[in-house]
Formats: sequence, structure tokens, C-alpha cells
Amino acid sequence: MVAAGDKQEAPDGTQKVASWGAVWQLALTAAAVLAVDPTRLSGAVIRSRAGPVRDAWLREFLAMLPSGAVVKRVPSNIADGRLLGGLDLALTLASGRPVAERGVLADCDGGVAIFPMAERMSSYTAAKLASVIDSGVVVVERDGFQLRHETAFAAVLLDEGIEDDESASVALADRLAFQIDLSDFPDRMLREELEGGNAAEMAEAFAVSVDDVIAARAAIREVTASDKVIEALTATAYALGVDGMRAPNLAINAARAIAALNGRREVSDDDVQLAGRLVLAPRATRLPQPPPEDSAESEPQSEEEPEQAPSEDNSRDQEPPENEKPPEPLEPDEDKTNVDQPLEDVVLAATAAAIPEKLLLKLMMQGNALRGASKSSGPSGQTRNSSKRGRAVGSVRGDIRSGARMNVLATLRAAAPWQRLRAQSTVVDPDRVGRLHIRKEDFRVNRYQERGETTTLFVVDASGSAALNRLAEAKGAVELLLADCYIRRDRVSVIAFRGRAAEVLLPATRSLVRAKRSLAGLPGGGGTPLANGIDAAREMAEGLTRRGDTVVVVMLTDGKANVTRNGVGGNRPLAEADALAAARSLRQINGLRALFVDTSPSANPRAEALANAMGATYLPLPHAGARTLMNAVQVAGSVGKAPAR
Amino acid sequence: MGQPFPFSAIVGQEEMKRAMIIAAIDPSVGGVLILGDRGTGKSTAVRSLAALLPKIPVVAGSRYNASPDAPPIPGDEVAAKAKTIMVAVPVVDLPLGATEDRVVGALDLERALARGEKAFEPGLLARANRGFLYIDEVNLLEDHLVDLLIDVAASGENVVEREGLSIRHPARFVLIGSGNPEEGELRPQLLDRFGLSVEVRTPTILDERIEVVKRRDQFENDSLAFTAKWKSAQDKTRRHIVAARERLSKVQVPDAALRRAATLCMKLGTDGLRGELTLIRAARAFAAYNGADSVGDEHLQPLAASVLRHRLRRDPLDESGSTARVQRAVDEIFAIA
Repeated sequence: MVAAGDKQEAPDGTQKVASWGAVWQLALTAAAVLAVDPTRLSGAVIRSRAGPVRDAWLREFLAMLPSGAVVKRVPSNIADGRLLGGLDLALTLASGRPVAERGVLADCDGGVAIFPMAERMSSYTAAKLASVIDSGVVVVERDGFQLRHETAFAAVLLDEGIEDDESASVALADRLAFQIDLSDFPDRMLREELEGGNAAEMAEAFAVSVDDVIAARAAIREVTASDKVIEALTATAYALGVDGMRAPNLAINAARAIAALNGRREVSDDDVQLAGRLVLAPRATRLPQPPPEDSAESEPQSEEEPEQAPSEDNSRDQEPPENEKPPEPLEPDEDKTNVDQPLEDVVLAATAAAIPEKLLLKLMMQGNALRGASKSSGPSGQTRNSSKRGRAVGSVRGDIRSGARMNVLATLRAAAPWQRLRAQSTVVDPDRVGRLHIRKEDFRVNRYQERGETTTLFVVDASGSAALNRLAEAKGAVELLLADCYIRRDRVSVIAFRGRAAEVLLPATRSLVRAKRSLAGLPGGGGTPLANGIDAAREMAEGLTRRGDTVVVVMLTDGKANVTRNGVGGNRPLAEADALAAARSLRQINGLRALFVDTSPSANPRAEALANAMGATYLPLPHAGARTLMNAVQVAGSVGKAPAR
Repeated sequence: MGQPFPFSAIVGQEEMKRAMIIAAIDPSVGGVLILGDRGTGKSTAVRSLAALLPKIPVVAGSRYNASPDAPPIPGDEVAAKAKTIMVAVPVVDLPLGATEDRVVGALDLERALARGEKAFEPGLLARANRGFLYIDEVNLLEDHLVDLLIDVAASGENVVEREGLSIRHPARFVLIGSGNPEEGELRPQLLDRFGLSVEVRTPTILDERIEVVKRRDQFENDSLAFTAKWKSAQDKTRRHIVAARERLSKVQVPDAALRRAATLCMKLGTDGLRGELTLIRAARAFAAYNGADSVGDEHLQPLAASVLRHRLRRDPLDESGSTARVQRAVDEIFAIA
């Protein structure tokens, strides 16, 4: 049965196996709970590459559904007509009158809709799906139809994203009860777990059959949850910084489903703990403040390893170090006896202990400089509509003479319902019998959406102080980055500042040659008009953002401003204040990503303050060659990464 | 589905509720834009409006929710002596992915094919007449639809010129848009057309959160009982709204209030006069709701942020948000009193 008791008191030596086992067991538990109440829990996001692990999870989940449940795979790039419903072209043509087709979502009523490659789902599709999940109705107002289909289903999003900024729609994930990360789960481990000696044990620990699910479904409406339960789950969500008010309700419903699975009529404390671990832990955005009594245990954990933010990246792909597991303040043997412990503390402890490791690492780092850097800038690829270039996003009525491209299928679709009528009304011309009657008003033209380009904007400090130190290296790094941007067809622009003012050396361009030439001719020396440099970057970034570009600003400077905005040298305090103000205004630009590379010989607090003011990732690089600099820039700033959509 | 969550049972979110009530009292204030975090009850609040507001008299069978007092709408096929019925205020959801023909209306295919008649089939705009049109995720709506909606909302009339039809019919509605700013920006032209804009945040007080979750849970479990429990609160709000509508024309707007509004807008440098006008209208509705006889500072002050925050020009040198800027100006100007 589904137990809340923590089974991961690792038998010595095999801690890792046991912890993967626990991850797997938790994932299967989520599957069972979802199978019990698919419609109120709304679904799950499974983050994992396509592979045996994910397939195994899906297989287990589907096996728990009562027979006859609808299961449909829905491609993430599905057209609206198929998703929501619309005109059925074939039947319409055949019958000569408009025939509606039901969309996939309406067909999924009572079952499961599986969305592979959910990270590729457009935010439009995600928003439509979210509104259907919210309202339980597919409302179709398309192609001359007005239809309503009540539908309730579980959406399983298979998120195959690898990079951090490539993931299933957050708005959608917010509505689904479970977020399961199996992306690091080793296949080997699964085989061992399932086929090796542990199989029997696993089956023992986890045995939810279809019959259990059916029984639980029948019982769930009777299950009650006390106020204490509701308070505990809400408080836990709050303590972990879970935004939005949907999560606590999902957790309560999960707790009910767990109780039903366990044959209980009332949600028990164990059920609540498990619900917290399943639903709330993966949504945590901060670590709870350590409660005073077990502070000795948890304090060192949350305060250690603030140092290296960017270089941490490669270490985490390997095996998770054991000592980073969160403290488990309350072992199960204790929480039964400990009556005076309020339920919410118990739930919070259990939930915090279940925060996935990767997330935990991220949360720990967040406490430091990285916080608020380039966080949540929304979908980075800003887009604009166009009638000629880009990705086709639909069609509108239009004139094909204006140079737009005709959408043949949509045109036929528009003409289809009229065929019989037009055939009657046209004079019968023996040559034209059997031809399609297409008129001007039927024409549909494609609308395209141009993907905004990515422009990397280098702001290079060419002043005397910087020139002495690092100008040559900075130039080298810029050149290497240029080559890289060139490969990806990103654009680059270079602004240099020295003496009294900033100068745009290179307007946004794709030409590598021009960029190289402009850099090579860059002389060094003079004062550091940092404020002017940042202002110039802001102006250019604003213009580019307005065009729909994604802008990445890379500052290369030692942060030692000594020329004011007005070009007056010698007044260092004022120059620094100006630079800070300029940095803050740079932060105002929406969706801007910034990286601040400190080129001074030793890390410089003023430079760091500037970086924070402009919302940039701060990267001190005291002794690094051009290539190291480039690698660092690429890793930390994700420079020019293809916008995820 | 069926039952919407009762408006009065929404915990907190005072600014949002106030804005909706004001728009319900005086639709000429213009639409309401709700921006904010996910899961803060934006859609819940809008969808609960129909149940809150008093029913309106409608000519039976009218496709445009025609009022019995107004002259008949051409093309509205109602019987010569149609009865008047009371119906809930229409709150029409504009689903994302709606096509243009369904929004503005189009030729009735069924009739055209079956009987060869050229008849107009009204769209969502007709259904929203005299009510509310709600667009969730307004920042994701396609541009050509947004332009069209703005146009109709401003003129109160829907003009259809397509498929050989030439139709115009009244479409007076309050546009309510909601969205999450993280998912895309709204064009400034559109922003300006909304009378009020409110920001909603997840409550930061634990007890408030618990209350939200509890009520939601009760509602999900037994929506009928929950609705019954909140009936008297709903009735009270409704009575207030009805009374406010009656008072509205009698509320005085003294010169001092006009001056205040103008000073505030000048201080903030808003473009055009729409800011002042909306502020005064909203304050008048708010005064009426509070049973006051004339508009005073206490009505202007709480509304300034809702009316003005989306009309500011972005100032690159000021890093504080627009709400804070409005608040600063308000504090400064109202302190001189």
C-alpha cells in the first residue's frame, strides 16, 4: 500500500541505490494517486528524456487505470482545430453542409491526454489547454461553430527539456498536481531495481493494483479532510515559497486520494505528509527557515557552498553527492510518539526533506548573488507577426495579391461548406462540372511569426585601467564569442567606452569580418566613463528589444568608474554614483539578460554592486585567458541560446 | 460546472473587487485589466460577476440582449409582441483560439445552405452586449482580434462587412482582460484603453492563505451548500451596487476634486486627458457605492493607482515600479491639503 513512512533509511553502503529506489517509488506513488483522482489532480509533468525510465513510468501509470479509460497521445504542435474541435473538412465536403468535429480534448473526457515533447508546446496551446483544465469545458468558437463539450481529464506532459530554460509551460504545470523529475534517473538503476534482486522488495513496498484504484475511486468522495490538514498543507506551501493558491488545493485533493487508497475515511497525518512530499516539494522556491530546535542539524546545510555558481554545472551531471541530501529532522519512529509537534511542522519537515536534489542545490545557491539575476524573464524569444517570413502560426482572410502566401488547405476549408450551394447557383457549364467553386472571399493567407533574433551586445571597457589589465584578453574572448555567434546566426554589436564617452564600434551585425576589424582598431587608454558606456548599452538594447530581439548584454570592465555622465573626469564618487544609476536603469529593460565580467586583477566589491544593480550575473575572472573567459561567458550567461518556446 | 464561486467569498484582493464593482456601477469607466501571479483568483472573480450583479430585462428571443426600453435593433428577429424576461448579466468568455468569424459574427451557414437565405449569425460581441466580455490571457490574444475588440469596445457598435453582409448592431460591453505579465507584454495602445488596471498578488499572510484554500476546498466539495452560505453577503453587495447606480447621477463632482485629479495627472505626466476623465468617473462611482454625496479626496486617493499606473510613460532613470510612482505622487499631492 501507499505508505508515508520513509523507506529510505539506507541499508549501509547502498545508500545511492536506496535513494534512487526512493525516487522511483515516489514517482510511482504519484502515478497511483493520479490514477485515483485524475480529474481533480489534473495531471503531472514528467521531466525526462525519452527512454526506458519514462516509458516504464508511463506503463506503470497506464496499468493502474481501469480498463476502458481513454488514453490519447496529443502532439504538442497540434493545430487548434484538432485540439479543440472545428470544421471537419472531409465530411463537410462529402455532405455539402458544415460538419463539426470534436477535438482531442473533448474526446479525452474521463481519461488521460499525453503530451510528448511538452517543452515544445507553444504558449498559445498551453493557455488553451489551461483554460480547458480550469473550466472543465471545451468551448469552441471557430469556423462558424459554437460548441461546448464538458471534459475532465488528466494531462500528462512529457517534458524532454534538457537545459534549464527549456521546459513545459509554467502556467500549465501550475495547474497539474505532480512534477516528477526523472531526468537524471539512470537506466541502469531502473533495470537493477526492476529485474534485479530488488524487484520483489519493490513490488512489496509498492503494490497498487487496478482493483485498488477502482475501490479508491469509489471511496474518495467520502473522504474528509480536517481543517488541521488544510492548515498544515497551506502553511507548508507558504513556508516553501510556493506561489499561487492552486498548489495547496491540489495537495489536499492528493491527500484525499491517498487516504482513499489506504482505505481510510479521513485523511491521516501520514497521508498529509505524503501529499506534501508529492505535490509541494517539487514546487519549492525557497528553503524553510530552520525551526529553532533542530537548527544545529540544518544550519550548516543551508549556509554552505555559496562560492562557485557557474562552475558547479558540470559536477551535478554525475552522481549526486550523498552529503547534500537535506537533513531529515524527524525520523518516522519519532513522529508517531511526538504528539505535541504541530502537524504543520511535521508536514513541512517531511516535505522539505523530499525536495528534489537538483532543485535543492538551486535553492541553496539562490540565497547568494544569483538571486534575481536573470530569473523569470518570461519566454525569451519575443516574437512579432508578419505576413511573409517566419513560422506559420495560422491563417486569416486576405488578399493574395498583397504578396502574402495563400494557405491552400485553409482556403479549401473555407470554401467547402459552400460547394453545393454554389454549384446550384452557377450557370452549368459542361466544362466546369465537378470543379470546386472558390471565390475571392474564401482566400486565406498564412500569417507568420518571425522569431526575434538574439543579439549579443558587448560593452567593452577600453580605458587605461582596463587596457593595462585585460584589454587584449577581452578582445580575444569577444572574437571567439563572435565566431560562436556567427555559427548560430546571432547578431553581435560592440560598444566601447574610454576617455570621455562611449562609442558604438559596431552596430548589430552578423558580419564577423567587420566585427573583427572594429575590435582590432580599438585603442586603449584614457578615463573610464562607465555610466556613459552603460547608457549607450541601454539605448541600443531598448531599440533592439522593441524590434523583438532577445538581447544579451556582456559587460567587460573592472568597474572602476572615474568619469561622470557629463564627461567630467576626476570626480570618482560622482562617477560611481552615475554608473550605479545607469546600471539600475539598464535593469528596467524587460527580458534583458546581462553578464558582468569583472576584469580587474582581484574581485572588486564595487563591480559586484554594479552587477547586482543591473541585474546581471557577476563573474569575476581575475586570471583567465581568452578561451576560459569565453567558456565562462557561455556557461553563465547562456549567451545567445536559442530561445525556448 | 454550473455554479460559479461566489464573488463575496473571494478572500482579500480588495483592489480587484473594487475595480470590478466600479465597472459594474458605471460601465463608461472603461474596461478592467487584471495583471498578476498565477492562481490568484483572477478568472474566478470575473466568472463570479454574473451571479453577483442584478438581472437585466431583455426582450425574449433577442440575439443582442436587447433592452425592452430601447428601439428595436434592425435584424434582430424578435416577435412583434415579445415578452420581457429577466436574465443574468451576460459574462462572455472569449476563448483563446476563437476565430474572427465567431467573434464578430458571420453568415449563418446552416440557413444559407439549407434555405439559401442570407442571414447573419451573431457572434460573441452580440452576446456580450450589455454585459462583460472576458479575455483570459489577454496578452496571448492574437493582434488582429485585439485591435478589433478595442475598436468595438470604444465605439459600442459592431460593424460587420463580410461575405456580402453589411450589418451593424450595438455591442456595449465592459472589457475585462487578465493576464500574467511574465508571459508577454501588452502593447501600450491596448493598455491605455483599459479604464482600470489592477495588480493581484498571492496573499502574504498565512491565515489569509489558509482561508482561501479552505473556502476553495469547501466549494469544490459541495458548491450548492457553499453558495447558499454566502447568499446573504452576495445579496448585500448586490443591493449596494443597485443603490449606487441610482445615486450615480446625483453625486456631485466639486471643482476641488477636478483640480486634484488634474494636478495628479500632470505631476505624473500621463498622455492625453483620458487619465483625468477616468479618475473622476471612477471616483464618482466609488463615492456612490459608499453612499457619499460628492467626490472627495477619500474617493480619489484609493483609486489613483488603479486608474493611472498603466498610463505612465516608462522612465528609464526611475527603477521603482509604476505603482510606487503613482503612490509617491499621491502622497505628495494629497499631503498639501
